[in-house]
Amino acid sequence: MSADTKQNTITIDGQEIPFLAGQTIMDAALAAGVYIPHLCHRQGLTPHGSCKLCVVDADNRSVSACTMPAVAGQRISNNTPALNEVRKTITQMLFIEGNHICPSCEKCGDCTLQAMAYHLGMLDGHFPQFFQRRKVDASHPTIMLDRDRCILCELCVRASREVDGKNVFAIAGRGINAHLIVNSASGKLVDSDLETSDMAAHICPVGAILIKEHGYEVPIGQRTFDLHQVSEIGLEKTILTKARQPDE
Amino acid sequence: MSKIRIATTSLAGCFGCHMSFLDMDERLVALLEHVEFNRSPFTDIKHCGPCDIGLIEGGVCNADNVHVLREFRDNCKILIAVGACAINGGVPAMRNHFSLRECLEEAYVNGVGVENPQIPNDVELPLLLDKVHPIHDVVRVDYYLPGCPPSADEFLKILGDLLAGKEPSLPNNLLHYD
Amino acid sequence: MKNVSDADSNTAGTTGLIHSIIAKAYTESPHLLHVLYTLQQQCLHISEEAVHKVAAHLDLPHSQVDSVVEFYSFFHKIPRGRYDILFSNCTSCGYMAGGVDLMAILGQRLGIVASNTRNDGLVSMGQTSCIGMCDHGAALLVNGMPIVNLDAAMIARIAALVEAEIPLEDWPSGWFQVDDNIRVSGLLLKDRLSAGTGLRAMLALGAADTLSKIIQSGLRGRGGAGFSTGMKWQFCREAQGAAHYVVCNADEGEPGTFKDRVLLHSHADSLFEGMTVCAFAVGAKQGYLYLRGEYRYLLPHLQSVLARRRKLGLLGVDILGQPGFSFDIDIVVGAGAYICGEESALIESLEGKRGIPRVRPPFPVTHGYRGQPTVVNNVETFIAAAHIVLRGSAWFRAVGTGKSAGSKILSISGDCAAPGIYEYPFGVTIRQVLHDCMAKDAQAVQVGGPSGTLIGSTEFDRRLSFDDLSTGGSLMVFSQARDLLAVIVNFAHFFAHESCGFCTPCRAGTTLLKNGLDKIAGGHGTRYDLDEMQRLATLVKCRSHCGLGQTAANPILDGLQRFPQVFGQRLVHRDFEPHFDLDAALEEARQISHRDDAAAHIE
Repeated sequence: MSADTKQNTITIDGQEIPFLAGQTIMDAALAAGVYIPHLCHRQGLTPHGSCKLCVVDADNRSVSACTMPAVAGQRISNNTPALNEVRKTITQMLFIEGNHICPSCEKCGDCTLQAMAYHLGMLDGHFPQFFQRRKVDASHPTIMLDRDRCILCELCVRASREVDGKNVFAIAGRGINAHLIVNSASGKLVDSDLETSDMAAHICPVGAILIKEHGYEVPIGQRTFDLHQVSEIGLEKTILTKARQPDE
Repeated sequence: MSKIRIATTSLAGCFGCHMSFLDMDERLVALLEHVEFNRSPFTDIKHCGPCDIGLIEGGVCNADNVHVLREFRDNCKILIAVGACAINGGVPAMRNHFSLRECLEEAYVNGVGVENPQIPNDVELPLLLDKVHPIHDVVRVDYYLPGCPPSADEFLKILGDLLAGKEPSLPNNLLHYD
Repeated sequence: MKNVSDADSNTAGTTGLIHSIIAKAYTESPHLLHVLYTLQQQCLHISEEAVHKVAAHLDLPHSQVDSVVEFYSFFHKIPRGRYDILFSNCTSCGYMAGGVDLMAILGQRLGIVASNTRNDGLVSMGQTSCIGMCDHGAALLVNGMPIVNLDAAMIARIAALVEAEIPLEDWPSGWFQVDDNIRVSGLLLKDRLSAGTGLRAMLALGAADTLSKIIQSGLRGRGGAGFSTGMKWQFCREAQGAAHYVVCNADEGEPGTFKDRVLLHSHADSLFEGMTVCAFAVGAKQGYLYLRGEYRYLLPHLQSVLARRRKLGLLGVDILGQPGFSFDIDIVVGAGAYICGEESALIESLEGKRGIPRVRPPFPVTHGYRGQPTVVNNVETFIAAAHIVLRGSAWFRAVGTGKSAGSKILSISGDCAAPGIYEYPFGVTIRQVLHDCMAKDAQAVQVGGPSGTLIGSTEFDRRLSFDDLSTGGSLMVFSQARDLLAVIVNFAHFFAHESCGFCTPCRAGTTLLKNGLDKIAGGHGTRYDLDEMQRLATLVKCRSHCGLGQTAANPILDGLQRFPQVFGQRLVHRDFEPHFDLDAALEEARQISHRDDAAAHIE
């Protein structure tokens, strides 16, 4: 390897990957078609680094791939049994802290959390469930908020601020009591300026924010993750486009 | 060679997993070459004898579920949690959003069309736990077979692996939670 | 019941009152935390209506105000009592510190359950994380004022004073007496700097030489992480920005740490001098002291020191007549959140937000307060810097070890005869420290607080320094009589309570660890549960977003490694134990059905 190429590449699981200045490990990986599991990350939104599915070991240090800048010569472990085991455990944590009853959820089959669990071979929640009681907000005429399924990824928070130019969502509370709140006087969605056409109304990777009256439209066998793996690069764009224009 | 002995039960479940098991259809005949059923809704045997494999459908919602589950754990070498309810409480666990009193009052006192409103208290009735739990909260579980219900193919795959003396595993295309 | 018109006029009155409280508080300080504190103090809670009005008055999103109210422990949406009593739950100054449950005693006397407000609204009682009174025995905060050296007899008197509605000013003043308890003085505590001497030395040196003096001294951050102070200042100085800021981290929340409380009380001048030196070196015009809410009682004192320094020309415009050198310091008081001791969370809190640690890089030296270059240092670090400017880097380096120059001020508490403040040269052994504080039969020492290291007696010859045992200043001694598992359980509860909830491993993991340890301590843990603790603790440590999560599992991991028997002896030797109490789970059903027959129980 010449000194020149070493200047602007990182190595992920032995594969050399080029990057541009300012790119994160995740940016570089996705651009090169290398999948690093993630839930709270979405290209085009400010990286967040909270779900921790994208943990990789960079030069033997644990970092979030979505927030860590790529640095020339970085040697990164990503798709290893040990890291995928960590990711499975983190996914189990996300399942047991909320109330995820897949069979009764409209998002089933289109849910990225569920698809992630499949990808990681998760068979059970493993830990004792927290059985938290979280509030449902059905006040909005066209959009539903079911906090039971919220994984606190803040994709809706960021999409609302950064793409929709609004500020509909925020996180309140601390620790295990952290929860999604709505920026309106009543705290209800109906009194917010959220609209069906907003990205924030569609970006939820789980079934916490749903468009009403469109549940179970796609038969089992034809839903997103009946046809795709979560690890397919660029799938998120397909999902979002489909969600926003269900007739196309 | 003696047959592998299997027991099955449904706790707080809908028997959908059992129905799915029977979806094996003609493949059941081949399976029965190798296995026999002990306690199970298929046999109507009331108590579990020593078994190789126990299949538990449903979560744990009352005292009777606890007793049955313990009987299975005591008698089965391998215990498998079958289906969403056994694995995380499933749909019955949606009552965990409410207190037990709220649930009972809705069903037996304030509900639409209730006559002679009163919460049943006959000693014959098993008492309800304050929450519905997955079975691994109560006993050690060896394997998990997710799905609502798991398909007949999944049952066959898991049992096939065990009959072959292999560590059971589900290929990605059989793994689903619905 | 009141009639409708009464209720209406009452509502109008409340609305007006809330508005005037907000308006007045805002003129004192526009900081969101200050406005919310004032509301909490005067209205005993922050109502939905108050949240609206604060948002409107401060021109903030409703959700931001709401999320801040819900984040900090000292803000409440449900009214607290006119006497709001919070017991520390620390192992050193907590309600169990004397071996009796003082909170239970007070609860009994006042007819009140923990974390509740009594129906008549007179009193509320609860627990809070360590309040930094660890060398003063069991301690509590009543309406924010600390009362120390509690015992059962005092609890009885407190109950009587509350029932009689005696104003706090008329309670025995001795109860509120918090002593410095300085037992061993070294480099920094021996001589107090007279105000301005450091600044004169600094002006004589000029900014560049001041900075190189700090670099040459080898001074490293006293908060525990140990980054080179001089380098931090230099990075900040070199960073481009519309403004530079100096922030003092006085959010001393690590259980068992109280040395900053003493420094703030008795060495505030040196602290502000050090911050001013830093401002000169990095080119800052504005500084902030972020004071933990538990130390609010020190605020009048600190403000009087600031006022005096302004009068003396040591703060403000053209300091000591130096044209163009202007700097001032504001104090922002926290509201009960350990996480705000993490520097980027502290900055978020300074900005009027929840204390969520930021993604790093970028670091505060380039992108700190309001996105500008910011130095955040510990109280002790700034004080050391003030001394170094006056006395020189050689004076500082002469003490300590090669990589750990100077001294370390320790807060020593727990099972020893002489708890208090001890200043040692770096390199001192634990054994020496234990000897000096008269800890007779120590079985273990928690170095650096719960987030630090738990060591046993075979390691007492280890040394306090950045390359052996690093510490922010807390040293908790545990004698042979201590139940170490109870200590570890206490720490696990602390971290679960203080996790900010941002990242998954810490948010869910600290609670899972807490629950798992409770199961083991309650005599229901198996070998499997213990192995799970090990696996989970490792994951939380390695994969969490910030220092809180990365250290939260330390007591468990240290305990499993060094004191496996304290876990082992509690295990049940069964294959499996349920994750909940089966019989207790039937209690509600037994009550509803009025049954208590054999079938209504599970063994």
